[in-house]
Amino acid sequence: MATDTTTVAPSGPPKQAARAGRRPALRRDGRYAGIFLTPSLGGLLLFTLFPTLMALAISLFDWPVFGERTFLGIDNYTHLLHDPVFRRVVLNTVLFVVLYVPLNVIVSLGLATWVGPKIKGRQAFRVLFFIPVMTPMVANVMVWRLMFQPGGLIDSTLQSWFGINAPNFLGSSTWAMPAIVAMSVWQGFGYNFLVFSAALDQVPQSQLESAQIDGAGPLQRFRYVTWPMITPAIFFATTMTLITSFQVFAQPFILTQGGPGVATQTIVMYVYNQGWQFLTMGLASAAGWVLFVIIMAITAIQFVGQRKWVNYDV
Amino acid sequence: MTSETMTVVGRRVRTSVSHVLLVIVALLFLVPLVYAVSTSLKPADEVFTATPHLFGSKIQWSNYKDAFSYAPFGRYFLNSAFVAVAGTLVVVAASSLSAYAFARLRFRGRESLFVLFLGTLMVPQEVLIVPMYWLMQSLGWVDSYWALILPWAFTAFGTFLLRQFFLTVPNELEEAARVDGCGPFGSFFRIMLPLARPAIAVLTVFTFISFWGSFLWPLIIINSVDTKGTVPLGLAQFSGQAGTQWNLMMAASVMAMIPTVLLVILLQKHLVRGLLVTGLGGR
Repeated sequence: MATDTTTVAPSGPPKQAARAGRRPALRRDGRYAGIFLTPSLGGLLLFTLFPTLMALAISLFDWPVFGERTFLGIDNYTHLLHDPVFRRVVLNTVLFVVLYVPLNVIVSLGLATWVGPKIKGRQAFRVLFFIPVMTPMVANVMVWRLMFQPGGLIDSTLQSWFGINAPNFLGSSTWAMPAIVAMSVWQGFGYNFLVFSAALDQVPQSQLESAQIDGAGPLQRFRYVTWPMITPAIFFATTMTLITSFQVFAQPFILTQGGPGVATQTIVMYVYNQGWQFLTMGLASAAGWVLFVIIMAITAIQFVGQRKWVNYDV
Repeated sequence: MTSETMTVVGRRVRTSVSHVLLVIVALLFLVPLVYAVSTSLKPADEVFTATPHLFGSKIQWSNYKDAFSYAPFGRYFLNSAFVAVAGTLVVVAASSLSAYAFARLRFRGRESLFVLFLGTLMVPQEVLIVPMYWLMQSLGWVDSYWALILPWAFTAFGTFLLRQFFLTVPNELEEAARVDGCGPFGSFFRIMLPLARPAIAVLTVFTFISFWGSFLWPLIIINSVDTKGTVPLGLAQFSGQAGTQWNLMMAASVMAMIPTVLLVILLQKHLVRGLLVTGLGGR
């Protein structure tokens, strides 16, 4: 519909107008650019930039969902610093990250290398492993919640094969976090598998073959031929995985509700609880900003560190 | 000669062993999904058994029907579909327009504006939820479809993805059209959009999927779950109750997964391009 009104050539000699130099075109472009950009720019200003600043502002207030707001300065942040629950929550999140990220990268890189660029049907593996990345997280978690139940798949398998009872994974402070990590690795590694197998496709077979003729074993070939060529992919994958794993929420929320006690409560769960269970938005916002700062710091460290090991010019 | 055939044979054997092992790994990986389907077809009292069984005493297809009366899943599916379709339309419209401006129009401050766009990608959703909730309160949008659709429909991912694609379209095509008197709108609608169909398809599918699976925000903003709840919200809500009917829950979970599985299979050639949208935009 819009095309009809705009594609019709305006009156006047079009060829001459187009030739008439770049200046007028540039000015006209500017006006059009305004129209083209308005929806996105307006949306981003209203729904991202403004809220980012508001988050900072709210974090400086005692800001109940309803009722009087009082300016507090940095009191919310000092409160967080001394809140044993928040400290525990940060520790839990770090523990999740420390377990999840290396496992995810090892599993996905290992499998991607194993499947390799030559194998038939490797596309099937890519699709297969990518499925839980795309299916709704809540549905994935629900399946695993049932698997972890006493009498669920893991328990009944252990009972009938080995005659032993599985621990009550989700109710045990020892097992709850490993259970969350296991579920998350299953759900998430397909993403990095895809990143790595796309990168491995780019490694020239000829180089691997000549290394093999020169007597290099599989490990040496991986270390000296493959690895230098896939460091950018590894950097991308670890950075993305780090960022998203700090934001872990649905898995502990549905598997354990943060329990037992607060043993598996994460930073985002804390934000949610403060904001929508205790209705203290100021504190929730401050916790959100702490998470943001942690993520920015980690990303910055990654980017500084990459100079030492990431190779962009192979 | 014989030693050479030996190594060839040895390599063949090793490759087939490796293949077999890989298939076993793939099967192990599939166990949770198979378990979900298997449970979704069992009678309620056979969900928890002492020994694992793939099939119950009968295949109970009616679970898939019963799930809809156990909880208002029909309503949830409608809501999710509506929100995901509407949200995707907004994302694709807004980002293709701005992507075109960044790729093709020359205007002052283009580069710095683009950097600003990319900068917004850094902000995690968790930082935004508190002020977003306040914003929704101010707009009177708490517990509304507006709140489910609009706040996350303006991200820079789509702009970035489509801009990258537009940049690969040869300039000559548009110049020819412009010489023929085609303005920016004309060349956008008549030339760029049709050419960008594959990229737009990728953006559409991955945006749809991220709306479809979104959980944290609906959990916060929707109070009347029975009428405005989405599928993930409904699943989470009913899992919390005592005496959960797990066979029905699994039927609902499987139904929630099916559209996304189909889309992944359909779009398998473009998965790599979709990584960007999912990795960064997975909300």
